[in-house]
Order: sequence, then C-alpha cells, then structure tokens
Amino acid sequence: MSAPAMTEADAAIPSLKAFLAAQEKKSLLRFLTCGSVDDGKSTLIGRLLYDSKLLFDDHLAALKRDSKQHGTTGGDIDFALLVDGLEAEREQGITIDVAYRFFATDKRKFIVADTPGHEQYTRNMATGASNSELAVVLVDARKGVLTQTRRHTYIASLLGIRHVVMVVNKMDLAGFSQEVFDRISTEFSEFASHLGFQSRVAIPISARFGDNVITRSDNTPWYHGPTLLGFLETVDVETSLADTPLRLPVQWVNRPNLDFRGYAGTIVGGRVRPGDRVAVAKSGRTTTVERLVTMDGDLEEATAGDAVTMTLRDEIDISRGDVLCAADSRPDVSDQFAAHLLWMAEEELLPGRQYILKLSTSTVPAQVTALKHKVDVNTLEQLAAKTLHLNEIGMVNVSLAQPLAFDSYRENRDMGGFVLIDRFTNATVGAGMIEFGLRRATNVHWQALDVNKDARAALKHQKPVVLWFTGLSGSGKSTIANLVERTLHAEGRHTYMLDGDNVRHGLNRDLGFTDADRVENIRRVAETARLFVDAGLIVLVSFISPFRSERRMARELMGEGEFIEVFVDTPLEVCVARDPKGLYAKARAGAIRNFTGIDSPYEPPENAELVVRTEDADPARNATAILSYLKANGYIV
Amino acid sequence: MKQGISHLRRLEAESMYVMREVASSFANPVMLYSIGKDSSVMLHLALKAFYPSKPPFPLMHVDTTWKFRDMIAFRDETAARLGLKLLVHVNEDGVKRGINPFDSGSALHTQVMKTESLKQALDKYGFDAAFGGARRDEEKSRAKERIFSFRSATHAWDPKNQRPELWRAYNTRINKGESIRVFPLSNWTELDVWQYIMAENIPIVPLYFAKKRPIVERDGTLIMVDDDRMKLKNGEKVEERLVRFRTLGCYPLTGAIESEADTIEAIVAEMFTARTSERQGRLIDSDEKASMEKKKKEGYF
Repeated sequence: MSAPAMTEADAAIPSLKAFLAAQEKKSLLRFLTCGSVDDGKSTLIGRLLYDSKLLFDDHLAALKRDSKQHGTTGGDIDFALLVDGLEAEREQGITIDVAYRFFATDKRKFIVADTPGHEQYTRNMATGASNSELAVVLVDARKGVLTQTRRHTYIASLLGIRHVVMVVNKMDLAGFSQEVFDRISTEFSEFASHLGFQSRVAIPISARFGDNVITRSDNTPWYHGPTLLGFLETVDVETSLADTPLRLPVQWVNRPNLDFRGYAGTIVGGRVRPGDRVAVAKSGRTTTVERLVTMDGDLEEATAGDAVTMTLRDEIDISRGDVLCAADSRPDVSDQFAAHLLWMAEEELLPGRQYILKLSTSTVPAQVTALKHKVDVNTLEQLAAKTLHLNEIGMVNVSLAQPLAFDSYRENRDMGGFVLIDRFTNATVGAGMIEFGLRRATNVHWQALDVNKDARAALKHQKPVVLWFTGLSGSGKSTIANLVERTLHAEGRHTYMLDGDNVRHGLNRDLGFTDADRVENIRRVAETARLFVDAGLIVLVSFISPFRSERRMARELMGEGEFIEVFVDTPLEVCVARDPKGLYAKARAGAIRNFTGIDSPYEPPENAELVVRTEDADPARNATAILSYLKANGYIV
Repeated sequence: MKQGISHLRRLEAESMYVMREVASSFANPVMLYSIGKDSSVMLHLALKAFYPSKPPFPLMHVDTTWKFRDMIAFRDETAARLGLKLLVHVNEDGVKRGINPFDSGSALHTQVMKTESLKQALDKYGFDAAFGGARRDEEKSRAKERIFSFRSATHAWDPKNQRPELWRAYNTRINKGESIRVFPLSNWTELDVWQYIMAENIPIVPLYFAKKRPIVERDGTLIMVDDDRMKLKNGEKVEERLVRFRTLGCYPLTGAIESEADTIEAIVAEMFTARTSERQGRLIDSDEKASMEKKKKEGYF
C-alpha cells in the first residue's frame, strides 16, 4: 500500500513498454506547501517522500546522520532535513528558499514546492505559488490560524491557485482532538471562503508520525475525509487552457536562410492548425497559418503548452514580443492597466519611478502611476497607502512606455502575470497580476495621466526644455536665440520664443521697470515658459533677467533637466559700444531710469549650464555651440 | 492537463521555452556540454528548439583530462555529426602543476580542473549565459536553485538571495561581467531523462550500458581502469566485471555499478528497483558536508 511505484514496477518489468506507456499517461500535479514557520511544511514533504518509498538508501543514510547532528526531533529521523538543502537552513532549522521535490505514485506524478514560512521570505513563497495548481496550507494544531497562514492563503489565491488543502498538523500534540480541528477549520473557512477557491478541504494530520498523510489514522476515528495523499492523487485541477482563445507570444524569429521565416514560441492558450486565421495583436494585421514546423515533422495541430515554430502565409512585420492570436478573439492592447502588485524588495515601491516590466516575452519601461490601496492580509481590508513595503500587496495602475498585448491574469497566467525589475540593480522587485486594461473612455484618470508632458514631447521626438538666455541689453541674446530657433525649426522641432517684444507688449504691458515689476515680469515669463514646456516645446526665453533669485525661481518651476541657463557674457563696454537700440545713450543721458548696467545692477550667473562669449565669435558659432549641447544631452536626437 | 499534452512533452516544451528565452535575451550564450546523459538530452532539446536553424550558440566542454576515453570519442563524434561548434577548455596551469585525482585528492582536482577551469573558460570567451544540464532532483542544494540562476562577476552564487522567479517571466537582465547559469532540465527527474532518451532514441555514451570492463575495487567503489595512469595499490587487482555507469565524470572518481542492463529498456527497468541515488557513484560529492552547495557558491556548475 505504501509503495505504489515499487510494487507496480516489479510487476510491470515483463511488460515494460506497457508500463512506460502508463507512466506517460499519468497526469502531473504541481503543488506547494505553505503556512507559518514551524508548522511542519518540510517535515510533511519528507514524510511523503519517505512513506512513498521514494528515498534512496544513501539519502536515508545521510538523513539519519544529519538528524543526529542538526535534528530537532531528539535523534529520531528529522524529515525536514531532506528538503532544507542549504547549509544555513539546516543550521538554523528553517526554510529560506523554495525547494522543488519530485515524487510519483501509480496514479500521478507530483512536483512539490516547499516554501518558506518566514515573512521575510514571502517572495520565495510567491515564486513557488506562481507555477502551482494547488496549495497545501499547514496550520499548527496548537497555534491555530496565524497572520502568515492568512497571508499565504491570500497570496495563493491572488496567484490564481483555485484549490486549497488546509492541513491541521501536529494533531499528536493536540491529543487528536476533534474540537481543535473543527475550531481551526471553521476559522480558516471564514477567511478563505472570500478568496474564490474552487475547492477547499481540511485534513487533520501528524506529519511527524504519518497520521492521515498516506495511511488513515486510528487516532482520528471522527474524521471521515480523505488522507492527504489520497486527496492529492484524485483532486481535479484541470483548467483547460486549450479551450481558451489562441495566444502565441513570439520568443524568437527563426531565419536559417532567406526561404524560411518561422516564429518560435510556446502556445499559452488555445489551439491552432494550419489554415487558421490569426492576427498580430498589436498591429492588428491578420494572416493565415501555413505550417507548424518541428524537428519531428509538421504538426496537424498544436495546443496550449506546446513549443512550436509557426510559418505564416503573408510576410508581415512580426518580432519578439508580438503575440499571435485568434483573429476573432484578441487580447487587450493598451499602455495602461490595473493590477495587483506584490512588492518583493527591501527598497520600497516608488510610484512614478521607472522600472523595467517583463510580461511574457515583452520587456518595456513602466511606472506605477497610482497606488489605489494596499491590502491588510489579516482582514483583506483596503487601506490607503503612499508606497508598498517588502511583502505588501496593493492595487495599482501601471503605465507603459509603449502598448502591450495582455489578458487579465484570471484568464491567462502567462498573458497577465508580470515582474518589475529595478533598472540599476536588475533585481526582481515586484510581481504583478493584471486585473483589467485601462482606456480613455473607461477611466477618468487616464487622460490626465496619458496625455502629459512626456506624451506630447514623445509625439514631437524631443525633450521639452527652457533655454533661458540672460545677459545685458545688447549682449546678443536675441540674435543668438533667433539663430538657434531657426535651426531647430528647420530640423522639424517644435519651438517657441519668449522675449521682451512679444511679452512686454501684451501679457506684461501693465508692468514697468521697478525692481518689483521686474520680478513680476520674470515670474510671468517663467510661468508661461513652464506651460510651453508642459506642451512639449523647446522654449527660448531671451530676457535680461538681472537677478539671480528670479532666475532661480524660474529654474525651480521646471522639472529636473528642463532648464538650461545660457549666459551671454558680453562685457558692458562692448554692449555700450554696440548699443543697437541707442538705449545706453538714453540711459546715460538720464532719459531712461533703472537701466541694467547703468543705474540698476546685473548679477551674473554663477552656475550657468552654458556661457557664450560674443566678443570674438560670431553669433552663428554661438548658436552651433548651443545646438551641440542640446544634442549631447539628449534633448534632440 | 486532461486532454492536454503528456508529461514528457510538457517538460520538453518547458525546456525549449527556456532555451529560446536565452537565445533572444543574451548576447553571447554557451551550452556547457559534459557528455553525460543529461547533456545528451539538453543538446537534443536545443536541436528541437531552434529547428530548422542550428542552435545559435556553441557547445563547450571543460575537460579535466581525466574523462573516460569513450566520453571524449563520443563528444567529438557528436559535434562532427551535428555540425556544431565545440570549444574544449583545459586548465593548462593545473596540468602544469600536475594536479590529478589520485595524488591531489578529489577535492583539489575538482576545484582546479573543473571549477577554476570553468571560470577561466567563461571569462576567456566572455559568455553572459551558460546552459547546464543539472536537475533539481539530483541533490539538495540543486533543489533550491532557480532556472535562471544569477552569478556575480566573480561567478559566485548567493543562495540566500536569489531573484524571485515567477511564472515564465524570467529576469535575464545583468550588468557587465555578471552572468546567468541556465538550467533547462531543472524540473526533469532521472527517470524522465531515461524515458525521454528511450522515446526519442537519443545517442548516449556506451559506458551507460553493461559490459565486461577492467575494474578495481577501491574503498568499496568499483573504479574502471581506463588508462595506464591508474596505479594499483598493494593488494589491488584488475578484474573483468560486468558493470555500467549511472553517471559519468572523471574515471578515477566515478563508481561503476554491477549490472546486466545493456539496453535502454533494461536500464529503465533497473531504475525502478534502484535503492541508491545516481550521485552516490560520485566521489566528489561526499567529500564534506554540504559540499555541492559549497562548490556551487565557488562557481561549480
């Protein structure tokens, strides 16, 4: 009874082929064990391996040796040591990272992910859950349902696990009491019933002594349900992905020669045959499937899970990251979506910061634009939050640098699950599950978020910026600014020039030349420049702007890197000698009051991005220097 | 999956997915080819993943100069038959120092001729991703490893701080000098490997099949005398015994098992009655406690 694989194998050797054929037909169940620390997850897996006679003699010998050295069971075999494979784990008697173990019975093959119970290693639990179909949640009979029990159960449901087995472990330490078991199952049910599981069962066990793990226990006559293994062998977890719409994310374009162009990828939904109409999700182009090429010959049909190379009837532009889909049932295509996000890094989530998002075979820059709420894992309450810390879960809006094809995570894990990666450390910092796409029509915030400065600038293929020309009257500011604008315009850039002529005559005609009016003059010009920057323009401001504090005020109105101070550094004598408008002469004669350089001070910039000298260079060379600066710093490409 | 694909086809497809991700995401990948059954399966999967193209990366064998002669013959024949580029790297410094498994001990030999040699080779060619045929069912610390396993610029593995690896959204991003070890067979078991070799008719080194071979019993392990570099100790004698190997490595460090299994079918049948793990025949694993983890932290595959 306890050695199904062995007994069957012995009998089957004479008809090995038939036996192997039967092996081939076995279904595979991937499950994880989770729950709080010390609830006995590793011990349970060790017990399953031991009782199903899947331990080799040398492993067993090592286990007995290790148990004496590190064991927590007083010299008896400590099954946890079978799975806690890292030195640090065995020394500390805890599980740090997920371990994968493999076993089989005559009914099924199993891959079990043993996940850590400590809160700080929750991300490793999520790793194990992301590829599992069922969760075994352990609860210590003496401790009952803990925060970590709830957290893991919630994360399991969030990651799309639809079947949960709650085992009340260490029943031997609770006198195999039915009352204890009932109380814990009721408490668990109250929490888990809101989480959308398709099946939920509770089983009283003792992993250490084997009660109800593989064999039914005499210690629990009041329990009439299945044993744990009995349940795992028979539970139906099928989700027929093959019956969902076709999704083939392209991984690699296969071009061995000019006559062959195939699209290699794994079908993550649906089925496909040659002759089917398919569409490229992002471009919307449609074509017909020509062949499904494999090394073993062409396929007549491929279904979800198959890794294929597909050729198409028409030559259309397709590359890695494109999704080939059923022409009549396409995924969402958007650059915005709402998602649940599990934060997995010590450094907190920064809304607005740019991360790298990887979804299926696509990698794009992305930012969290709104954190709508975080979830209290104990009560499932939604709490207001400004950030997510390690292991916290929130509901967020994500904005992408370019649109992607996706489905909701509920419909398709591969098409709706994504990770966020830190741009500098390359660490995987977040795991997200898409709830739904956001569109203009369905989301009020969308417009505000989407058609923003970046969007407008992107359309113009430039980075918006203010070129703030400061310098004495007659220093050559306007001449140079004009040349710069003319060149930019000729290159197809979108610009606007603000100078005394078009501002003093309209917007600022109520202002004079007192110090107070000069400040207000600059304030209005700066605010106007800011609006133009928001519109995505390259703005050229040509104003004497003699005071440092006002120039600083203007600088601070703009975003980082959006203000370039250009000091047109022409000595007063030269300006006076040029005197293009005869203003210095009038000022000297007393006809103009408060004239900068004569009876009003000019405070030269201390940290201007650019300083141009006009005495021994002609304005065209000054303009070229400024344009080079713009190119070198990525304002224009 | 109920009406879906079989267990082996599912594993096959998963491995092909992993290989295609590597081909698309890295500038300079390589496949570590160790000539054993797992490497044979891995190579077969690569041929499938990129068909009708050839795999877009070379094979590399880190040769300790102590491999079975049959392995080297099989390696060269395989590369020639498939028309693949094969790089062979030997730690010449180790050879000059006279490092060998008999006199230097298995630990030093492995450290110098395998681990150090591998690091030399990866640095020499600047590979940013390297496939290995390791499986999670082989050993406890392997069971903990990611499919895409990050290595620092000094090739070190930090088991306590691995990148979370959700779904198939593998994080392939690295900075200059860093690399990723990729294990496409992570979720295969030893039995899966043999079943697949049988189902797909994959060529493997003849040493896996039972045959009369010259054997010396040393410290309870059956060592095959593959060449005259093996010196007999007092009282030892060479006997012809019917043996085969479950795993292949350096011949002085690889124990044979007595077996009559001379076909794949018989090997698979034998697997079902086996009471020891395949790594038991590897002398290098039992050198010290947690020795695999230690070696891996230092850069061993």
